[in-house]
Amino acid sequence: MAAPRSFLWTRRIFLTLLTAFVVLPVYVMISSSLKPLEDVSGKFEWIPSGLTLRPYVDIWETVPLADYFVNSIVVAGAATVFSVIVAIFAAYAVSRYSFRGKRAFTVTVLSTQMFPGILFLLPLFLIYVNIGNATGIALFGSREGLILTYLTFSLPFSIWMLTGYFDSIPRELDEAAKVDGCGPIKALFRVIIPAATPGIVAVAIYAFMTAWGEVLFASVMTNDTTRTLAVGLQGYATQNDVYWNQVMAASLVVSVPVVVGFLLLQRYLVAGLTAGAVK
Amino acid sequence: MTETVITPPSERTARKAAPGEAPAPRRSGRRRIALPYLLLLPALLLELLVHLVPMLMGITMSFRELTQFYIRNWSEAPWSGLDNFSVAIDFDAPVGQALLKSFLTTCLFTVLSVGLCWLLGTSAAIFLQENFRGRGFLRTLFLVPYALPVYAAVITWAFMFQRDNGIINHVLHDQLGIGDSPAFWLIGDNSFWALLIVSVWKGWPFAFLTVMAGLQNIPRDMYEAAALDGAGVWKQIRHITLPSLRSVNQVLVLVLFLWTFNDFNTPFVLFGKAAPEAADLISLHIYQSSFQTWNFGTGSAMSVLLLLFLLLVTGVYLLLTTRGRKTSDA
Amino acid sequence: MRRVRAAAVGAVTLSLVLSAAACGGGSNGGGSNEQPKTLTYWASNQGASIEVDKKVLQPELDKFEKETGIKVKLEVVPWGDLLNRILTATTSGQGPDVLNIGNTWSASLQSTGALLPWDAKNFEAIGGKDRFIDSALGSTGVQAQDPAAVPLYSMTYALYYNKKMFKDAGITKPPTTWDELIATGKKLTKGDKAAIGVEGSNLSNNIHQVFVLGKQHGADFFSPDGKADFTSDGAVAAVKQYVDLMAAHKIVAPGNAEYAQNQSLSDFAKNKTAMVLWQTASATFKAQGMNEDEWGVAPAPVPSGKPGTGKQTNSMVAGINMAVFKNTKNMDGALKFVKFMTSDEEQVVLNKAYGSIPPVKTAQQDPTFSGPALTVLRETLSTSATALPQVPEESQFETVVGTAVKELFADAAAGRPVTTESVRAKLEKAQQQMPKK
Repeated sequence: MAAPRSFLWTRRIFLTLLTAFVVLPVYVMISSSLKPLEDVSGKFEWIPSGLTLRPYVDIWETVPLADYFVNSIVVAGAATVFSVIVAIFAAYAVSRYSFRGKRAFTVTVLSTQMFPGILFLLPLFLIYVNIGNATGIALFGSREGLILTYLTFSLPFSIWMLTGYFDSIPRELDEAAKVDGCGPIKALFRVIIPAATPGIVAVAIYAFMTAWGEVLFASVMTNDTTRTLAVGLQGYATQNDVYWNQVMAASLVVSVPVVVGFLLLQRYLVAGLTAGAVK
Repeated sequence: MTETVITPPSERTARKAAPGEAPAPRRSGRRRIALPYLLLLPALLLELLVHLVPMLMGITMSFRELTQFYIRNWSEAPWSGLDNFSVAIDFDAPVGQALLKSFLTTCLFTVLSVGLCWLLGTSAAIFLQENFRGRGFLRTLFLVPYALPVYAAVITWAFMFQRDNGIINHVLHDQLGIGDSPAFWLIGDNSFWALLIVSVWKGWPFAFLTVMAGLQNIPRDMYEAAALDGAGVWKQIRHITLPSLRSVNQVLVLVLFLWTFNDFNTPFVLFGKAAPEAADLISLHIYQSSFQTWNFGTGSAMSVLLLLFLLLVTGVYLLLTTRGRKTSDA
Repeated sequence: MRRVRAAAVGAVTLSLVLSAAACGGGSNGGGSNEQPKTLTYWASNQGASIEVDKKVLQPELDKFEKETGIKVKLEVVPWGDLLNRILTATTSGQGPDVLNIGNTWSASLQSTGALLPWDAKNFEAIGGKDRFIDSALGSTGVQAQDPAAVPLYSMTYALYYNKKMFKDAGITKPPTTWDELIATGKKLTKGDKAAIGVEGSNLSNNIHQVFVLGKQHGADFFSPDGKADFTSDGAVAAVKQYVDLMAAHKIVAPGNAEYAQNQSLSDFAKNKTAMVLWQTASATFKAQGMNEDEWGVAPAPVPSGKPGTGKQTNSMVAGINMAVFKNTKNMDGALKFVKFMTSDEEQVVLNKAYGSIPPVKTAQQDPTFSGPALTVLRETLSTSATALPQVPEESQFETVVGTAVKELFADAAAGRPVTTESVRAKLEKAQQQMPKK
């Protein structure tokens, strides 16, 4: 398929502009992270006049960055895994079965996506505290509580999205598996999940990023041992000063693993393409 | 969601199930019927615990006079009936006026932001559909804004938008010579545009990712058939790609809408606790009305109003898009 | 649709059951001594970073543990989160035993009833009320009630000036009155150099400044019976006077209107701004690469040139108080800990580390606090500083009036006129946003 000139040029111009838009802040982060504090808080320079690696050393001293990073990875990772599993089951039910209350379920779940966080922040906090008092399971202030909270944040969208993906997988495929003697759950794992890989990966990325970046709940529901990066990075803005260079350096350092993770997952997105072509 | 139910082959001869109707019980009857509910159970319980019950508690809060004097034991806070609501929607008084203005600002902001995110995301996904040199690199690069922690991304933009020291004014004013004096981005009227830019920068990769995944479900033979018929690339995009994305778009646009409308993190990090009037988004406004002024009753009332509005919009949206799809399917 | 309704009814019922069970919240009033061996302490971020704070505090907590056998679990809470954390702790009853609060929040937090009142008996347990200086005690809660907290670190505002910029402009001594400040300011403002810095988008800072100017105009922002009174002539004049530094006199660079993160201090360190009105800025100047002999400190200006009380007030009483959560499970230990932290020895160690002034009279005598900079702050604290209004609505006041000043600065920076009418209109709007009584 030879694309016409008009297409190629539009593509070239569009992608160039978009790249510039995306890269600009990243460039600012990188260059600022290499400047001494006096320079960062002065006029912006495209080419830094004084280069230093000091901020990359200082970030570990100013806030316990490594701890926050581990917390974030654990919280976002666990929230993603559970959220995706729960969503796959729910989406499978909605996509492949027709049952009483299906519509009520989808409407209810979808509507939770609309709740302003402010509205249920305090009540949720109270519920966690009371669960803690009643059962001894510490949900408030713990990673578990945060995981539980975040996994539901991404759940409605994940269920909805996956239902759409599952719908697009021909039913003949899993029916055939059932004829071959697979139970419904086996058919889900053997047929549906492999065929829906790109959708599942996309949903997982969404779930991860939702948990990775959340600020409001994290600021109230964590303490210094469970604080996540999203709030922890604010530690570089202290009462006296904002360590701009360290904020940038720390942001870059913690983002590298995530970007690498994305890179790896991309291959599954691509692999999904081939799986999707089976039909 | 399409409601077509594929009946198991064994039953095909027996009876034809109407859409939406439960299939007749089969041999292993009870377990069959229970299965979908079992599959839904975890999701339902979680939503109940974290969203529904707290939300209902939040709604009760909106009928109470929940100021600092009562937060310590709010079951004892006096009931105030609809007082909180009447304060919130009294558009002649400053509180109501500010809420209304904030609401309208948010509407405009959301429409622009969702539109731009969708446009950038879809275009980028389509342009990156075909393989060419550097495609993999760009695809990763475009996900970077999404991979950065929100705080890091937004604080960087705040840094760039500084009037005297920021890169934006350095380019616009110092290097391109636009304007007599450097513009303010973080206060005053421009703050709306600053917020929009940050929001789009942060939000479009999500649209990109979703559409990209959606594109992979379009069978390649459709393009090949179209190419054989002599349809050019533009025509293929218009007649195959875009229509095929319909169901993905339905979800995507709605989610982007809800997400942008309720976005708290971006304005909070960009402007701090008091957003400039031009960029006073509703979520931050409600936050200020509850946490900053310690009046959780009024804050909850505002949230409830917001929730009702979003329910309405979503309902209408789903009704319109689903009906549209059904007719086009037929 | 019927199913939706059924689901909704189910959810409502469940929620009522749960919330009935949940509303126990922060009840069961008094504290106890169930857990006499541990304490949780929330410290505010005072030093250059959270880690620095931990390094300052931990050795002292170890010392306390050695003396009493009580282990103190420390958490340093960043400023942005502190008030929210306290509010949620108040709501749920799940909080620390002992905590730091911004002293201006005292009355607001007092009104929630979550903090232990410091009656005569409790004060006795920590060595008596007379050990603290009066101005610091003035910011611990509503006047007629028992204080909700005790002072821990004190600070005041002073005029910091850049010696090099003063010398270059041929100015020999810092201004003592506002007229002088404006006259000197005109000499200092040239090109990209400005005379004085403000943090136009920092709500608290705005409040601190206009409150002091209000005092100088004989105005308070609250009437004696505690009602918001933002639109009195004095209050309007005070706000206008502050914004006019930029709007009318043009001795503040317009860019300052968006400052909220101490950018004015880095301008100062870069010789771009000659003066700032600040509390304990020395640590920041040092971090910005400034030597101690490059800047000087003088009392903030007053109408007469001689700071004092009433109209000659030149600072609010800034600082941190220490409070005890009423439902602590280690009441005796909490009191012991407060006693320890307010002891002469600890006061010297801690205030020295943070560059603040001890609110404890005897600790102030230590030679550490007699350097030129700290002497100015110390004298301001004892002679010419006044506490912000001690009313429950103080935190609302900071938000709404602080925002009004921020918007006025934005107007001034954009070149829009700032008039008595426009100031009054903004303050009127702010007043209407205050809760009705």
